[in-house]
Amino acid sequence: MAARSAARKSEVRSQKSEVGNPSRNPHSAIRSPQLLDRVIHERLRLGIVSALAVNERLTFNDLKRLLQTTDGNLSVHARKLEDAQYIACDKTFEGRMPRTEYRLTAAGRRALEKYVAHMEAILKAVRE
Amino acid sequence: MPARPEPIDAHAADNIRFIRDAMTRASAFTAIPGWGGVVMGATAIAAAAISGPPDNSLRWVMVWFGEAVVAAAIALATMTRKARRSGAPLSTAAPAYRFALAYVPPLVAGMILTPVFATLDLMARLPGCWLLLYGTALASGGTFSVRIVPLMGVSFMALGTVAFAAPAPWGHYFLAAGFGGLHIVFGLIIARNYGG
Repeated sequence: MAARSAARKSEVRSQKSEVGNPSRNPHSAIRSPQLLDRVIHERLRLGIVSALAVNERLTFNDLKRLLQTTDGNLSVHARKLEDAQYIACDKTFEGRMPRTEYRLTAAGRRALEKYVAHMEAILKAVRE
Repeated sequence: MPARPEPIDAHAADNIRFIRDAMTRASAFTAIPGWGGVVMGATAIAAAAISGPPDNSLRWVMVWFGEAVVAAAIALATMTRKARRSGAPLSTAAPAYRFALAYVPPLVAGMILTPVFATLDLMARLPGCWLLLYGTALASGGTFSVRIVPLMGVSFMALGTVAFAAPAPWGHYFLAAGFGGLHIVFGLIIARNYGG
């Protein structure tokens, strides 16, 4: 179990390490697609981070409804974002019902801003 | 036949569109004005003091019509100010549009029912009707806003229901408790927890 968790975190680290800053040189965004942050490049993870960027907190069910996905799919992708420390998860009880809430961390917000800058840099470079 | 590769800029534009859509869908309408609600509550209490109990007179209806116009002006001004301060002007915010679509129809129903109640000599029952329909507007519009707004709507609906069952001369007390008291209480909570 611990080994699996460590392996998952190491995988996330390797995906995060590919992140650069393409906004300084728009052409690098096209020439070096490996600079892309693969942790949030995946559609569902990008949706989770985007939704949390405009809400202080969202519950698991809020996210499931917004992103129209399944419990299993959302759990897997939310866990990847947690491992990358892009989102934080708080588990509480509401009466007898468990309640899972997510919020975006400072690192997650920076990653989203960098990702948007990367996409804008690509568009700018193609136009030039 | 193999699929044609997608141009990289089309993919980037699609990703940016996806982020914007996800943010729009996820954002609640948070420009409900707390302090505006407190001021609206104060003017409603003043209107209740001026109007007195419902008495089937045109004067009584005109006092509350005037109060509705004043309250709408306060709400619009404070909502616009709050939305602008949060960086999401009302004119461009999709959540504001969705909120309005759900909020307005019960209010239109109230405007239609008011002359109907008046012509049927049921003016004394207008407080229940107004509170119930205003509560419905808040409860339905509130599904696109922060959680406290639908709760406020349900409180207005409950008060309106009680007003229907209570003696007709108590109508102005119910209006003062609803448009006055509930606006002030929920306005303070919204101002404290949701940015003014």
